[in-house]
Amino acid sequence: MSKESAPQKTPLYDEHLAAGGKMVDFAGWLMPVNYGSQIEEHSAVRTDVGMFDVSHMTIIDVHGEDAQAFLQQVVANDVAKLSTWGALYGALLNESGGVLDDLIVYALPEGFRCVVNASTRTKVLNWFEQHKMPAMTFAQQPLVMIAVQGPEAINRLNACYPGSVPEDLAPFNAAVFGDWMVGRTGYTGEDGVEIMLPAAQGVSLWQDLRAAGVQPAGLGARDTLRLEAGLNLYGQDLDEQTSPLASNIAWTIAWSPEDRDFIGRSAIEPERGQCPMKLTGLIMKDKGVLRHGQVVTTSAGNGIITSGTFSPTLGFSIALARLPKAASGACEVDIRGKAKAAEIVKPPFVRHGKKLVG
Amino acid sequence: MSEVPAENKYVATHEWARLEEDGSVTVGITDHAQNALGDVVYVELPEVGQQINAAEEAGVVESVKAASDIYGPITGTVVAINSVLDDEPEKVNQDPYGEGWFFKLEPDDVVELEELLDAEAYTEVCDEEEH
Repeated sequence: MSKESAPQKTPLYDEHLAAGGKMVDFAGWLMPVNYGSQIEEHSAVRTDVGMFDVSHMTIIDVHGEDAQAFLQQVVANDVAKLSTWGALYGALLNESGGVLDDLIVYALPEGFRCVVNASTRTKVLNWFEQHKMPAMTFAQQPLVMIAVQGPEAINRLNACYPGSVPEDLAPFNAAVFGDWMVGRTGYTGEDGVEIMLPAAQGVSLWQDLRAAGVQPAGLGARDTLRLEAGLNLYGQDLDEQTSPLASNIAWTIAWSPEDRDFIGRSAIEPERGQCPMKLTGLIMKDKGVLRHGQVVTTSAGNGIITSGTFSPTLGFSIALARLPKAASGACEVDIRGKAKAAEIVKPPFVRHGKKLVG
Repeated sequence: MSEVPAENKYVATHEWARLEEDGSVTVGITDHAQNALGDVVYVELPEVGQQINAAEEAGVVESVKAASDIYGPITGTVVAINSVLDDEPEKVNQDPYGEGWFFKLEPDDVVELEELLDAEAYTEVCDEEEH
């Protein structure tokens, strides 16, 4: 990706090597794709607990009197809905209504924290610079971020660090523990938290969780888990050319108040409630694996797979696909010139360890 | 380090070929290949009776991560396929040179086998890929 310089390393790089991580270049970062078996890592998160280094993601804090007005302009969801320590998922749109990035915004006592993707860092920082308001500042935060995910995530963290995760911390809410910010969020479809903390403490946290038997999990498992949970990957399921209404994030567009003129609103408003395409799920009925870019034939017209993989939990292949709105039921997917049988289903495919399809 | 048994012949595209006592040639993918692919979840094999040409596509192996073509190491006719892989594709990871074999060929000309890489030459190919 960033060809001009060598890939960057997160502060946990040596920990990944020590755990046998197979390192790959991901968006200009050397990250572990797995530590041996992607399927074992996936399964640890579904049934017990796993942890991911997500320090390559971009954390941007926005401060000042205009911080809220700025985010109400650049984020299609409405941050005015948040109370302090609340969080929401949303999209940054461009003027023509394409998705520049998806993000999580946390309301802090003194401003907001945005977590955006690693692959979009420069683009988003430039976009913020271009649209910033007079009474505000924004700055990228050099923090480690560790996602601890799985049904045992909270128990294991509280065993290592008593009181680190309040038992009553609601999903999409954050709490403070010393220098840590602990958000009950994730990208796996399981319970868990994402912890943002200073680098040295991040290394200690990783080592302590390792000692407590928490399975490190790589980008490979992160992808199969998020896809089973029906969650989008920016660059595959969402992009600058595609309206959020043709994706499964229409629910994150806050249309009211009607006079909030967020960037991209006027471009997407004509299709409000009547977008001809949708992003939905497929399950494979034949042998083989659904992949990004494969063409889908339905009775309502053709579509395309945006993300596909083998689902370790289900034992067959699943995908997200952009299809005509009316498409449902049986369909066919062209895999290397052969028509394979698949079925259109509503994601998620797996949630909280339970199979929801098949 | 990956295993590269000395009794096999190899192709730079990471297939191995072994001459059996009955004159057939067994084909699979190497330990290095299965390790690079990760968990194998599906193998598309050729059909018995199908003609396979050297360096041409003979099947596909899919891991969780990606799909990858399998190439014929030499020219010949498929005389057997390992249908166990239909239900247990993980054998490719567990035992790439044994139970994880893909298919057996009746070679058109067994001399073609001599032209493939030996274990030492193939190990060099893998080393170069890692650097």
